[in-house]
Amino acid sequence: MTRLPENIVACPECDLLQRIPALPPGGTARCPRCGHTIATSKPDSLERTLALTVAAAIVLIIANVTPLMGLSAVGRQASTTIIGGAYEMWMQGQEITALLVLFCTAVAPAVHVGCMLAILLAARRSPAPSWAGALLRLAEFHQPWAMVEVMMLGILVALIKIAELATVIPGIGMFAIGALVVLIAAMTVSFEPHEVWARVQWTNGHVPQSANLGRSQR
Amino acid sequence: MSTGILTGIKLGLISCESCGLLSRPADVNEPGYCPRCGEELVFRRHNAIQRTWALIIAAAICYIPANLMPVMITTTLGSPEADTIMGGIVFLYLSGSWPLALIVLIASVVIPLAKLVALAYLLITVQRRSIRGQHERTRLYRLVEIIGRWSMLDVFVDTFVVALIQLQPLMAVVPGMGVLFFAAVVVLTMIAAESFDPRLIWDSSSEKEDEND
Repeated sequence: MTRLPENIVACPECDLLQRIPALPPGGTARCPRCGHTIATSKPDSLERTLALTVAAAIVLIIANVTPLMGLSAVGRQASTTIIGGAYEMWMQGQEITALLVLFCTAVAPAVHVGCMLAILLAARRSPAPSWAGALLRLAEFHQPWAMVEVMMLGILVALIKIAELATVIPGIGMFAIGALVVLIAAMTVSFEPHEVWARVQWTNGHVPQSANLGRSQR
Repeated sequence: MSTGILTGIKLGLISCESCGLLSRPADVNEPGYCPRCGEELVFRRHNAIQRTWALIIAAAICYIPANLMPVMITTTLGSPEADTIMGGIVFLYLSGSWPLALIVLIASVVIPLAKLVALAYLLITVQRRSIRGQHERTRLYRLVEIIGRWSMLDVFVDTFVVALIQLQPLMAVVPGMGVLFFAAVVVLTMIAAESFDPRLIWDSSSEKEDEND
C-alpha cells in the first residue's frame, strides 16, 4: 500500500480530492465542490474537550442516580429516574421499546462520554496507543444514538402532560440533565477528531510523523 | 480531455469512513482494511440504494400502525381511555400549551414523514443520475441526518408518563402497541439515512463528464 501525503484527503460527502491548506487558529477548510467542512483548526482542542468531558462524566452520574421528577396526587407520592422510565416500560410489557429507551437515554450517552474520557487521556501520550482509535470508532458509533437533549424535551412535555393530573416536582436529575445537554454540546463543538487520528499509532504498527515530531521537540 | 474533477474513486484512492485516511488499496476489488484504524475500506457504502429503499419501505409500513394504534392507555377509576399520537397532540393543544403541541406535532408527524419523502427523493434522483441541484440535495441529506433523532421525542414522553402515573387503583397509564411501531419508524429511518451514501449524489456528474470525453 502506497503512503500518500497526510494533508491530501477525499471529501467524505462528495469524494473530491483536495489538499488541506495550513489553517489559522479557528480557521475552517470547506470542500470547494459540496461545501462540507473538511477540517477545522481548534486551539487546545484536546485539553478543552478533556475538561468538558470530565465535567460531563460527573454530571452524567448525578443525572442517572438522582430522581428526575416527583409527583404527588391524592396523598400519594411517586418519583422516577432515567433507568426507572425504561424499567417501568419493561414491566408494562413493552420490552423492545424499554431496551431502546434504555440504550438511547442511558447506555449510549455513558459509552460516548466514557470512551471520550479514555481517548482524550490516551491522546496525551505520543504516539497515542492504537486502542484509542478503536475507542474513537466506538464513540462515533454511539453518538447519534445518545439522545440526552431529546430526552430532556421529552421529560418537559411529560411534566406538562402530568401537571394536568397531579402536582409535579422537578428533581435534581432534571437539572443535571440540563447541564449535561450543554456539556455534551460543548464537547462536540470543541473536539477535533483529526487531532487524535494524527497521534494514534496505526493498526499496522506505523508511528505517525506528527507524533514523532512532538516527541523530538520535548 | 478530462477536466478538473478528480475524485478518489477515479484514481483508485479510498477515504476511510471512520478516520478519513486516504489510501491506495493494492486490489481495487478487495480493498481490505484501513491501515490506520482498521475500519473496512469501501469506495461506496455496500448496496446503498437497495438497503435505503428497503429500510424506508419498512418504515413507511410501520408508520401506519404507529399512528392508528394507541400509544398510551389511561385508566381512571376503572374506565380505560386510549390515546394515539395525534390524540396526545390534540390534548396538549386543548390544555392550552400550543407551543408544546406544535413541537410534538413537528417531531412526531412532520419529521418522520419529511424524512421518508426526502430519502425517497434522494434515491430517485440518484437512480436517474440527475446532476441538477446537487448542492441542495447534499444539504437535504445533512438535514435528514441531523433532525432524525428528534422523532424519538414521543417515545420518551410516553415512557416518563407511564413511569410516573402508576397510582393503582386510582389511575394508571400503560403503553400501547403504537409506541413500539413508532419507535420502529424512528430507528428504521435513522439506519436508512446512515445506509445512504451522499457521494452517490455527486458521482453522476463525474459519469456525465466521462461520457463527454
